[in-house]
Amino acid sequence: MTEISEIIVGYLILQGALLSLIAAIGVLRLPDVYTRNHAASKSATLGVISVLVGLFIYFLLVDNIVNSRVLLGIVFVFLTAPVAGHLISRAAYNTGVPLWKGSLQDDLKKSRQKVKSNN
Amino acid sequence: MAFQILLNFFLAFIWMFLSNDYSSLAFFKGFFFGGLIIFTLRRFFEHRLYFYNVIALFKLIFIFLSELIKSNIAVLKVILSPKLTMKPGIFSLETELKKDWEIAILANLITLTPGTLVIEVSEDNKTLFIHAMDIGDVEQAKLDIKNTFEKAIKEVSR
Repeated sequence: MTEISEIIVGYLILQGALLSLIAAIGVLRLPDVYTRNHAASKSATLGVISVLVGLFIYFLLVDNIVNSRVLLGIVFVFLTAPVAGHLISRAAYNTGVPLWKGSLQDDLKKSRQKVKSNN
Repeated sequence: MAFQILLNFFLAFIWMFLSNDYSSLAFFKGFFFGGLIIFTLRRFFEHRLYFYNVIALFKLIFIFLSELIKSNIAVLKVILSPKLTMKPGIFSLETELKKDWEIAILANLITLTPGTLVIEVSEDNKTLFIHAMDIGDVEQAKLDIKNTFEKAIKEVSR
C-alpha cells in the first residue's frame, strides 16, 4: 500500500516539476507574446495542479490528514489561470503588440477596422 | 433548478425533525427520500429534474480535465520540436450562448483546449476572437470541438 502510494506521489510531483520546466523553456523559446502565453497558461497550470495533487495524496496516505486547503488551491488555480492568460493576451493586443511574422490571419484586426469605418 | 435543490434540503431537514435524529446519516436518509418525493412530483415543476443538470455538470468537469491534459501534450510537442514550424493566427468564432456565465465558461474551456487562447469577446457577446497555435490544420477540428463544448454547456444551463 505505502509502496504504491509512494510511486504515485513521486510520479505526480515529478510530472508537475517537468511540466513547469517545459513551460519555462517554452516561454524562453517561443517567438511572441501570444504563443508564449499558450505555454505559460497551460503547462504551468497542469504542472502546479499535479504537484498539489501529489502533496494532497502524500499527506492523506502517510499522515492521514485531509488538507482541504490544498484542494481549494487546486480549484482556484484551475479557475484563475486561463482567465489570467486571457487578460494578459488581451492587454497585449490592445496596446498594439504585433503578432509573430509567421502568423497567417488576424480576424480581430479586420473586425476592429470594420467598426472604425462604420463610425 | 436551484429551487428543487433547496426543496430537497428542506425535506431532508424535515426528515431529521420528524425522526428526532440530528446525525449526518439521518440527513442523507432524508435527502434520499426527499429526492424520491421530488421524482414522483416531477410534473409540477417548470424545469426538468435537477439530477440531469448535476450529471451534465459532472460531464462538463470531465471534459475540462481531459482537455487540459490534451492541450498540455499539444503544447509540449510544439515546444520540444527542434524547429518552430507552427503557424499561429487569430480566427473568429460565432457563439450561440447568451448568458454571461455561459460565455465565461466557454472562453475558459477554449483557453484550456489544445493550442487555442481566447483574446477577446466582442461587444455584443456574439463573437469570440481566438488565437490558435496552428491555424491551418486545426481550425475545422476546433469548430467541431467547440460545438461539443457549447452543447455540454447548454445541457448544464437548460
